[in-house]
Amino acid sequence: MIERSRAAAASLPLLLCACSYQQYQSALGDAGVEDRHFLVLFTIFLVVCAAMYVLVIALLLVGIMRRRRAGDANVVETGRHHQSHPLMRSGLIAWGALVAIGLIGLTIADFITDRSDANAASNEKLSITVTGKQWWWDVQYNSADVSKMLRTANELHLPVGVPVRIMLRSDDVIHSFWVPSLVGKQDLIPGRDTDVSFTPTKVGIFRGQCAEFCGAQHAHMAFVVEVQPYADFIKWWEHQLQEAPQPTTPLARAGYNYVTTRQCATCHTIAGTPAGGRVGPDLTHLASRRSIAAGTLPMGEGNLYGWVADPQSIKPGTKMPTMDLEPSDLHAVVSYLETLK
Amino acid sequence: MTDAELQSIEEENRELEKERKKIARDGPKLKGDALAARLDRTWKRPPGIIGWLSTVDHKEIGRRYIVTALIFLALGGVLAAVMRLQLAVPDNNLVSAARYNEIFTMHGSTMMFLFAVPVMEGVALYVIPLMVGTRATTFPRLNAFSYFLYLFGGMLLWGAFVLNIGPDVGWFAYVPLSGPQFSPGKRADIWAQMITFTEVSALAAAVVLVTTILKARAPGMTLARMPLYAWAMLVVAVMIIFSMPAIALCSSMLISDRLVGTHFYNAAEHGDPLLWQHLFWFFGHPEVYIIFLPATGFVSVIVETFCRRPVFAYPVVVLALISTGILAFGLWVHHMFATGLPRVGYSFYTAASMTVAIPTGLQIFCWLATMWDGRPRFAVPMLYVVGFIVTFVIGGLSGVMVASVPLDLQLHDTYFVVAHFHYVLIGGAVFPLLGALVYWYPKMTGRMMSETLGKISFWMIFLGFQLAFFPMHIAGLMGMPRRVYTYPAGLGLELPNLLSTIGAVVVALSVLLFVINGIVSLYRGEIASENPWDAAGLEWATGSPPPTYNFAHIPVVESRTPLWDIDGELPVVTGLRVDEKELLLTTVVAAVPDLREPIPQASPWPFISAVATAVLFISSIFSPWAILFGAIPVAIALTAWFWPKEMKRQPEPVII
Amino acid sequence: MIRPMVRAVRFTEDLSHLPTHKFGTSSLTWWGILGFMIIEGVAFALTFAAYFFLMGHEQGWPPEGRAAPNLLAGTLFTIVILLSEPVNTRIKKAALAHDVGEVRRLMPIIVVVGVVLLIIRGFEFNSLNCRWTDNAYASIVWALLLLHTTHILTDWFDTVVLYALMKTRLGFEGRRLEDVDENCMYWRYVWLLWLPIYLMIYWIPRL
Ligand code: HEA
Ligand code: HEA
Ligand code: CUA
Ligand SMILES: [Cu+2]
Repeated sequence: MIERSRAAAASLPLLLCACSYQQYQSALGDAGVEDRHFLVLFTIFLVVCAAMYVLVIALLLVGIMRRRRAGDANVVETGRHHQSHPLMRSGLIAWGALVAIGLIGLTIADFITDRSDANAASNEKLSITVTGKQWWWDVQYNSADVSKMLRTANELHLPVGVPVRIMLRSDDVIHSFWVPSLVGKQDLIPGRDTDVSFTPTKVGIFRGQCAEFCGAQHAHMAFVVEVQPYADFIKWWEHQLQEAPQPTTPLARAGYNYVTTRQCATCHTIAGTPAGGRVGPDLTHLASRRSIAAGTLPMGEGNLYGWVADPQSIKPGTKMPTMDLEPSDLHAVVSYLETLK
Repeated sequence: MTDAELQSIEEENRELEKERKKIARDGPKLKGDALAARLDRTWKRPPGIIGWLSTVDHKEIGRRYIVTALIFLALGGVLAAVMRLQLAVPDNNLVSAARYNEIFTMHGSTMMFLFAVPVMEGVALYVIPLMVGTRATTFPRLNAFSYFLYLFGGMLLWGAFVLNIGPDVGWFAYVPLSGPQFSPGKRADIWAQMITFTEVSALAAAVVLVTTILKARAPGMTLARMPLYAWAMLVVAVMIIFSMPAIALCSSMLISDRLVGTHFYNAAEHGDPLLWQHLFWFFGHPEVYIIFLPATGFVSVIVETFCRRPVFAYPVVVLALISTGILAFGLWVHHMFATGLPRVGYSFYTAASMTVAIPTGLQIFCWLATMWDGRPRFAVPMLYVVGFIVTFVIGGLSGVMVASVPLDLQLHDTYFVVAHFHYVLIGGAVFPLLGALVYWYPKMTGRMMSETLGKISFWMIFLGFQLAFFPMHIAGLMGMPRRVYTYPAGLGLELPNLLSTIGAVVVALSVLLFVINGIVSLYRGEIASENPWDAAGLEWATGSPPPTYNFAHIPVVESRTPLWDIDGELPVVTGLRVDEKELLLTTVVAAVPDLREPIPQASPWPFISAVATAVLFISSIFSPWAILFGAIPVAIALTAWFWPKEMKRQPEPVII
Repeated sequence: MIRPMVRAVRFTEDLSHLPTHKFGTSSLTWWGILGFMIIEGVAFALTFAAYFFLMGHEQGWPPEGRAAPNLLAGTLFTIVILLSEPVNTRIKKAALAHDVGEVRRLMPIIVVVGVVLLIIRGFEFNSLNCRWTDNAYASIVWALLLLHTTHILTDWFDTVVLYALMKTRLGFEGRRLEDVDENCMYWRYVWLLWLPIYLMIYWIPRL
């Protein structure tokens, strides 16, 4: 008893605060068809399990209170050792039946939900390939027409109400793609092709995070999903297809020269420039994204300075080395990066 | 063979026959203190450090197992406390990312491989022989060997951690992360080799337990009269025998991938990372019941004693144990729901996982019914049983939730799962364990533990536990993945994590208090009688603590609750030698006296063999050749171990 | 506490007539060996499972169109180990009949057979047409062969030691004959295990 009231007491405020945060990164988010399925099924399980639990606790209380002994008067129930109260046998059978029924019910509910999720997967409209890397996400929007193929990183834009299928690949270790508010997990496994399909139902910004331990910076392998009206989505796509603008200010041009001629270019791609590395995220429209380094920092001038100056202290272990730029170079590089809208 | 030789053999046989008549045996002519003195001379181990290393007394070995495991609990718990401090507030950097990954890996591996399984084995190795009324475990030297291997395995893991080469790939070390390419250095090898140590020792202990339970039970203790705890341990030992080879295999494959360049798990070379997951969880799931079922045995024993009534529906409980043990091998895929295997296939494992709830549910009911029909008294062990039911059932139910694929795809690898398995591991296994330790403490030490301190630490650990782990359910639902060294502010995870940390501190303090109670009572505790709880089990029919030979005469069993059903006089059989260590073996089912089994004396060779084996295992981390050269001393040590005691024939009949 | 201590005993039966050894399920070591045979059996079964699991997602087996192992050595090995069984059976019978002389006469044969087998096994490793580092197929094939070789090796060593004991007077003790009996049982297990492995290494790649 103590326990349940305590649990309730603890959970109430928690659930309350839970609700206020639902939108962003929470299975309670209810922003996609699949997550809705989850919530419905979870409620069913919760009700059945709570009922069974109440029953167990009730039996326990009756059991321990009924004939409890004070002190340590040790009377053995002599004589009636092996014959039990008639109520108990029928009780056992009834309990067994109840448990079996409960479990069968839950299994059926589970199966129905599972099927409907599986069927929903079949009618896909938009196809994206996401490749997990230690510790960021490479994103490629697929299209029959090659000129429309689009590569970006750590940020997904999805049209609301449109079923999407995401092909999941990994070329290093196992990662797991997870956007709690929209859909459950799917692992990215080297040598295996997996995919996840879902349909966002709410416009908004949601956070996803890698859910399979993948090494030092597993904690900082997040990404942003922006669900937007179809028109906005198309606009975004068109804009992302453009090459990086030529730098105008002298400072930015200096930065351009640094980025395209020094180490940066060996790892990063900036469309329309000599920089064509594949090791790190595509930077073509870096400044248009919401976060730096796979959700490690919010996008902004200050954070760009911090990151470029010393990534290793912000995200220890990240594959991007700390290059000890001269202050002048740092200014230049950051001001150039900021032009990559 | 020449006739001369034959003649001399005949000769010798006649001599031996004469000698045989003179052998001293227990019985009406030799009993009481005289007998005790003789037996003591035969059974006590040599004194001093050598003797300490040579002992084959199951009570000594069991005690060592328990104490060592509790120290590992403390170490693992301290790591847990560190994790909780790091997670108390968002964006905390009390510990670095790399260090945190080591810490949760060490915590998980320590708790599962160095605490939970060994402590259950330890208690069984101490209690089972007493409970089934025999003088020692079978294969006593194998028993000693298993302890030392376990100890060395634990020292390897923690030594490495201290030298900052501790593993950092999680307690199930998924490849390719733990493979040669992504875990250079020795960290992952240390983990894999620690596994080898603990699994060999667990297998040895399992064989000892199975044979002891099946062959060494007191006359009359038919399978149908066997204590429920013995049943639980029998099932568990068999499960160990069938599941441990899986992890032996996959960890060896990992080592060879890392050490000699095989490609079992290398997708680029036709290998498959999922092979690891299948093999690991084929062991990993049974593992969790290997931890849980002994605890159900404790619960049955404690409920019986403190409700003054045999556990209700004995056959149902036994069947529940067996069916859980079998079902456990059909569930492993429920740990792999997110790996994208065929969905319809998953449904089978969901159904199977649901099915396990039935036997467990039935057991729960049987205990509740026993309390209802009995006269419960709330001594500390009984409190732990109540705490067990209240807590474990929550964990079981959350287990049923994660058994559903659509639910698990959201809950997998979140703190919801962390909550689930701490509810079942701590609520389901550690609570009954603490109860059992209090319950058998007087038998092991001859003194009672302090009741008041016991009650305080029970309530602290019970309430502290709920505070620490209930909020994790919510944190999980709110999108907190496990194995993250920090989390950003603004996701609403601040409150649940802070509560968890506070709770964890309370739990830590209560465990500390429990330990203190245990140590203080050793000296201050009230002296315990032979049977302080007035229990029914045979272990209470001998002194507290028991003599080295357990029983002066082997007791005879006539019911499921022997000490409750005899009036004063304990029926015994006689005729075992007192000048040699002898066990009475009985038939497997009906427990009819069958053999007088001579068992080996104390010997340093198990210890030496363990050292040789340890050298082999550890050096093989550095060079494959070590396996070849290391094998030679091992072979020598083992031969010396198994070589018959004296090159003189025993005065026993050759032909029967 | 109130109940009397149960120290007082009632003598029921004297068991001094019981023997100190019997064969088969009455023997403790029989159960011990059974236990370890199960453990190894499970390990082998899982290795087989791994073999087929890896084979499962391949077009060709062996992959990359390499050659399957050459049959000669493996087949020879199979024949020899099968031929050793009749001798093995006679030793077992002799042990059960307490015929120490016969046991002493036959055991050396098994010891020699063991040596021969180990030599052939050396050639087997040579005829696999792959190194364990080539790919997962090669790794698993080597693993199977190596795993079985360790069993041949350990049982051979065991037999040698036991033979040495049987030459002493201890040979006349029932418990030693029990050991011989169980050693024979184990040898059967070792060659039984070999048969599926032989098929998996030499024939399945030929299908
Ligand atoms: C003592 C250990 C223990 C025990 C007993 C259990 C018991 C169960 N566990 Fe748990 N489990 C773990 C230890 C344990 N588990 C660990 C350590 C992990 C994590 C490993 C890792 O990833 O690190 C894990 C993870 C785990 C997963 C994977 C989650 C994930 O990674 O995504 C799943 C999924 O199916 C699962 C299911 C179950 C089920 C169905 C039971 C059932 O046996 C529970 C049965 C009991 C009850 C159901 C309660 C009593 C019954 C009743 C009161 C009857 C009425 C009930 C109903 C009608 C519903 N467990
Ligand atoms: C039986 C097993 C067991 C036990 C008892 C515990 C006990 C505890 N665990 Fe455990 N935990 C696991 C098994 C266990 N855990 C496993 C398998 C994992 C998964 C690891 C992985 O993901 O790889 C895990 C993971 C895990 C995590 C998730 C880490 C992550 O994913 O990032 C957390 C976080 O809070 C946690 C917390 C705790 C706490 C607070 C306790 C508390 O109950 C601890 C209580 C405190 C003590 C027991 C210490 C008290 C003693 C002293 C203070 C010293 C006394 C002095 C002497 C004796 C000399 N555990
Ligand atoms: Cu990628 Cu965790
Ligand atoms: Cu499981």
